Amino acid sequence: MDFILDYYNYWACILIMLIGLYGVMAKSNLVKKILALGIFQTGILVFYISIGKVEGGTGPVRAAGENVVYSNPLPHALMLTAIVVGVATMAVGLAIVINIRQTYGTADELDIEAIEHERGD
Amino acid sequence: MLEHLRTQLPALIVVTPLTMGLIVALIGRRQIGWYIAMATTAGVFAMTLQLLMDVLNHGERSLTYLMGNWPVPYGIAYKADPLSASVMLIVAAMAAVITFYARRSVASEVPVGKLHYFWGLWLFCITGLLGITITGDAFNLYVLLEISSLSTYTLVALGKERNRRALTSAINYLLLGTMGACFYLVGVAYLYMATGSLNIPDIAERLQPIYASWGTDAPLYQKTVIAGFAMMAVGLSLKLALFPLHGWLPNAYTYAPSAVSALLASTATKVGAYAFMRVIFTLVGVGFAFGRLHTDIALMACSGAAIIVGSWMAIRQVNVKKLLAYSSIAQIGYIALGFALANRDGMTASVIHLINHALTKGGMFLALGMVMYRLGGTRLSDLRGLGRKMPLTMAAFTAGGLGLIGVPLTSGFVSKWYLVSGCLEGGRYEMAAVVLVGSLLALIYVWRVVETIYFGKRDEEVQVREAPWTMLVPTLLLIGASLYFGINASHTAYIAQAAADYLLGAAR
Repeated sequence: MDFILDYYNYWACILIMLIGLYGVMAKSNLVKKILALGIFQTGILVFYISIGKVEGGTGPVRAAGENVVYSNPLPHALMLTAIVVGVATMAVGLAIVINIRQTYGTADELDIEAIEHERGD
Repeated sequence: MLEHLRTQLPALIVVTPLTMGLIVALIGRRQIGWYIAMATTAGVFAMTLQLLMDVLNHGERSLTYLMGNWPVPYGIAYKADPLSASVMLIVAAMAAVITFYARRSVASEVPVGKLHYFWGLWLFCITGLLGITITGDAFNLYVLLEISSLSTYTLVALGKERNRRALTSAINYLLLGTMGACFYLVGVAYLYMATGSLNIPDIAERLQPIYASWGTDAPLYQKTVIAGFAMMAVGLSLKLALFPLHGWLPNAYTYAPSAVSALLASTATKVGAYAFMRVIFTLVGVGFAFGRLHTDIALMACSGAAIIVGSWMAIRQVNVKKLLAYSSIAQIGYIALGFALANRDGMTASVIHLINHALTKGGMFLALGMVMYRLGGTRLSDLRGLGRKMPLTMAAFTAGGLGLIGVPLTSGFVSKWYLVSGCLEGGRYEMAAVVLVGSLLALIYVWRVVETIYFGKRDEEVQVREAPWTMLVPTLLLIGASLYFGINASHTAYIAQAAADYLLGAAR
């Protein structure tokens, strides 16, 4: 029990990541797949942020008092970059899905497979 | 002035294509895109050549460049050593040659209105690949990995004018590729938890006391480091398409525009293999990855399966481009097998095959690109009897095919020679057998194509002419280089051995 409570932040992140992973693997609709990928990436963002937290620490702003404990700001900075990457990935992914929808008339993987199978290739 | 620029080479190599890519995409004048891309790739090639010479002449055989002059654990450091400099040279050389080739080929396969975007993305892709190779920062590597991957997904999707399956291949590649990058990112997080650093040599140093504590009563971060390495290994295996994580590769190579297939086959997976080597040998150390976790056994099993299954699937293909894609999976197996052996000959084989396979497979994809240019298809039936119609193209393809088999006097033979002697040195006789079986299977799939080319009959009387010289010359150059390095392997072997010694020396 302690094992779960002590590490609740990791459990939460892993749960979010696994929800995303499940979506990417199990859903056949490509839009849902892309969104699930976004959820997976969000799990990683939260994971990074939570490892930077120092117990009792404040925001990493230079405060007036001496010996102020503050959280590690580096993971936050890293995740700013990762958010940008995630947004770019989603944009590219959705743009391709729009193209697929225009070409095939559907954004569902199984339907596309059926169409290609009918054409024989 | 020139001396001053020379100290900035590591940064310039990455920044130049990045800036130029942006300029090409923004200018929007369709005609000028290729000229800028060509000038940039040629310039980058010259810079990487200079950098490799600087590194080899340098006493410690490595150069560190500090971004913005921030000291090492705080800022991002770029590190050039014999391995990274030679991989960069291959990437830049292949990029320059394929760019020269690509002008007509791309113009015939990509709509005119999108050409400037194409060349912009092309340069971004090269930026990412060069950056992955030179960066000494684990997180920076992730960012550059995504730069190259995102542009690659789009480049693959641009093949949709020829075949709409390019779109589905691109989305498939995007989903798996992003997954791979995410796994790598989680791995970096774990190692950051354990060490509090992102700089690769710095992490390696800080891991030493952690390893030392594992035998004692108070093991530090044992599970964290193991989980971190496992995540990175899976993520990078996806990127380099190591069997069984190769699912995205065949379709992406098959339906991408010809020039893109050639660039990907000759550089992208090679850079993935390089990053994997770096993680094993420089980051976590071979004593941990192979000695403690026995990842080498898993890697050998995967690469052995890649060699057999990849070659077997190649035999069954009717589309020659797909055949080459499956053959690439097998060749990645050879590269992974080389560094899994972790001895001098094995590492040399890995690096030398990186070079040789880039030349051979790049040249073969370029030859197929010319078939695509003239005939509009690359199915086996399209190649029937083409040996008389396009003699030079088909000669190049055949010579490349002999290289894939590993016939003596081709560069493939040199790679396999080192690989088999590495297997024997490591006492892995079964892997040596796998390499030989793989060569036999390669003989079958190459022979199927060669037989069709020279002994098949063309029934229709359609005029097919030899490809234009602007496409022919780069192809013959690559295939010629691969033959040259088969006859005179002293240059490649020198570079590969320097790289192998450097990695194995750093590992101890």
